[in-house]
Amino acid sequence: MTHTSLSRRVFLKTSGGALVGTLAFTNGAVAMLAPSRSWAVTTEQFDDHQARTLLTFTRHLLPHDTLEDAVYALVVKDLDRQAADAQVRQQLTDGIATLDRKANGNWLSLDEDDRQTQVEAVAGSPFFKTVHGSAIVALYNNPLAFAHFGYGGGVDDAGYLHRGFSDIDWLPEPPIAVSGTIPNDAAPV
Amino acid sequence: MDYTNQRTFGHDDDGVVVVIGSGAGGGTLANGLAQQGIKVVLLEAGGLHSRTDFHTDEWRAYEQLSWLDPRTTSGSWRVAQDFPNLPAWICKTVGGSTTHWSACSLRIQPHEFQARTRYGDLEGATLLDWPIGYDDLAPYYDRTEKRLNVTRTNDIPGLPGNNNFKVMYTGAQKLGYECNTGRMAINSREMDGRGHCQQRGFCFQGCRSGAKWSTLNTEIPEALATGNCEMRTHAHVAEITHDASGKVTGVSYFDGNGEMRHQKARVVAVAGNSIETPRLLLNSASGQFPDGLANGSGHVGKHYMRHMTGSVYAAFEQPVHMYRGTVMAGIIPDEARHDEGRGFAGGYEMETIALGLPLAAAFLNPGAWGRDFTRMIDQYDHLAAMWLVGEDMPRDTNRITLNHDVRDQHGLPVANVHYDDHDNDIAMRNHAYQQGSDVYRAAGATDIYEVPPYPSTHNLGTCRMSEKPEDGVCNGFGQTHEVSNLFISDGSQFTTSAAENPTLTIIAMAMRQAEHIGQQMKAQAI
Repeated sequence: MTHTSLSRRVFLKTSGGALVGTLAFTNGAVAMLAPSRSWAVTTEQFDDHQARTLLTFTRHLLPHDTLEDAVYALVVKDLDRQAADAQVRQQLTDGIATLDRKANGNWLSLDEDDRQTQVEAVAGSPFFKTVHGSAIVALYNNPLAFAHFGYGGGVDDAGYLHRGFSDIDWLPEPPIAVSGTIPNDAAPV
Repeated sequence: MDYTNQRTFGHDDDGVVVVIGSGAGGGTLANGLAQQGIKVVLLEAGGLHSRTDFHTDEWRAYEQLSWLDPRTTSGSWRVAQDFPNLPAWICKTVGGSTTHWSACSLRIQPHEFQARTRYGDLEGATLLDWPIGYDDLAPYYDRTEKRLNVTRTNDIPGLPGNNNFKVMYTGAQKLGYECNTGRMAINSREMDGRGHCQQRGFCFQGCRSGAKWSTLNTEIPEALATGNCEMRTHAHVAEITHDASGKVTGVSYFDGNGEMRHQKARVVAVAGNSIETPRLLLNSASGQFPDGLANGSGHVGKHYMRHMTGSVYAAFEQPVHMYRGTVMAGIIPDEARHDEGRGFAGGYEMETIALGLPLAAAFLNPGAWGRDFTRMIDQYDHLAAMWLVGEDMPRDTNRITLNHDVRDQHGLPVANVHYDDHDNDIAMRNHAYQQGSDVYRAAGATDIYEVPPYPSTHNLGTCRMSEKPEDGVCNGFGQTHEVSNLFISDGSQFTTSAAENPTLTIIAMAMRQAEHIGQQMKAQAI
């Protein structure tokens, strides 16, 4: 490896950023799971400003007021991974630059309503679709989101048979004739 | 489960029956033939994933089991807009889509075999009566239900209902609908060495407990154990070959290393699901069969049906946790009747469905964003849901064609899937949305969401059976009208879609076809 390319690699690495934050909700489902209140997600392809812009943009796309930034940061992480592809990286950094240009410098400095107007203006663009495509998977496919939204996911092979698969008590119990009984042998086969 | 081949056959062994596809049709047929002592080479395009390999992570499972080779779409159906390269959610793995099915096991109703006679001549539809009737299949339905340990048949108890069922049941009661936990090919008790359902909630991702019937955990190991069947995985069939007399002589396929192989055969049976089956026949065009093999009538690929579908999701004040337990946990059959008074022909079923959070986000309103969308997700653990599945109208313009501009990893033209809803489909969907919403309102829903169709899992009709050769591709046994030793062995045979989930019928037809092929081989007719 030549000295030049080594320098370039170091440069690229140090040009990356870090999203850092503190959990906003001390009693939320995410806080229950998290080992500490502070969190950090590092990025390879985006600097701090770019990473922060993508996070806020994603909050406009899929707004869940009580969902921690720490979970939205997983979308930025996924976009960062996709941006290892130069074309994707270009599309995303161009998209961020366009937002900033239209905001006369810094889209993040706009108030929420003005940011929302600009998100609506780029809806359907390739940049928008890339972020949305990533977000619709990455935001909801992780244990923090599962905890937040109340999805139990895959428990072990014993399943929900003895863990509340029919625990609704706010409706009348259907008769056995239309339902069925729980098998006697409790152990999974 | 032992998946070891007890015997292998030479590529030049022209005494074997080649079965293409190991799902409901192909897996059942392979076992049905092997049990008669007939030599079978079973070719599966996917790999072997047995039950302990299955994932409880929806996206990982999707990547593991689904058919993800490229396809294209056209037409006005919403799937073409939401999922332009994913017209169907079906599987490429040993066991095919029986790894993914909900296991809802319903018989087609007698009148549905005579759709043209009963519904009349609907403009823009290509309705036709089946060349077989309910009575022809009844004995095979009996055998299939026994074979699959279908609940509520043969004194097998129903599955216990989960929360999603309880909500549906409550609403159904108020509307005067029948509702129960359905006829399911999921063991409600330990039977046949397979355990009972653990209510894990991952029926679509491959059943890890093995309680759900699939060809993976029954027909295929049994076929291999006879010593008459060899299974080859990662075998992607490119072409069916024939001789100058017009009889098929074997198949050319790419093996797992991408090497082209040729397997000779006495009989070829195609069970690649209703997109790949016609694609293979079209890709097998030759000088003698310029429009595709067995396509003299021009019907190969036409009359593609995917069922009228849609879903209703409903939010409640109290938690539901729909993801716990079987996906198809409750059914309302009342609207499956044919009753023109509702403004459409044919009928539909209401069946509970549940998606985990990851797939719910992808499927509840594809492409949507903003607060209208996230409000629904915020209610995730308070949602109950049902899938609406009904008869769709066959149309000769709804069809599978070859897209020569897009090639798969082997350089073969991919399938294009074209679909436009018929007015009857739209009228039925609107009615079903209304009734489904009423069920949930009656149960106390605070919000109702009408969810558009997902990529198709019930793909039907693209090589339909017909009395007259000019009306379809195969006869009532799935034997092609043009080539006597070529059979269609999957849902492509369906003349019309009927309202019911098709798998039970595909299996019953495969059992019947296995007997027919055995008799014809014995009689030297093929």
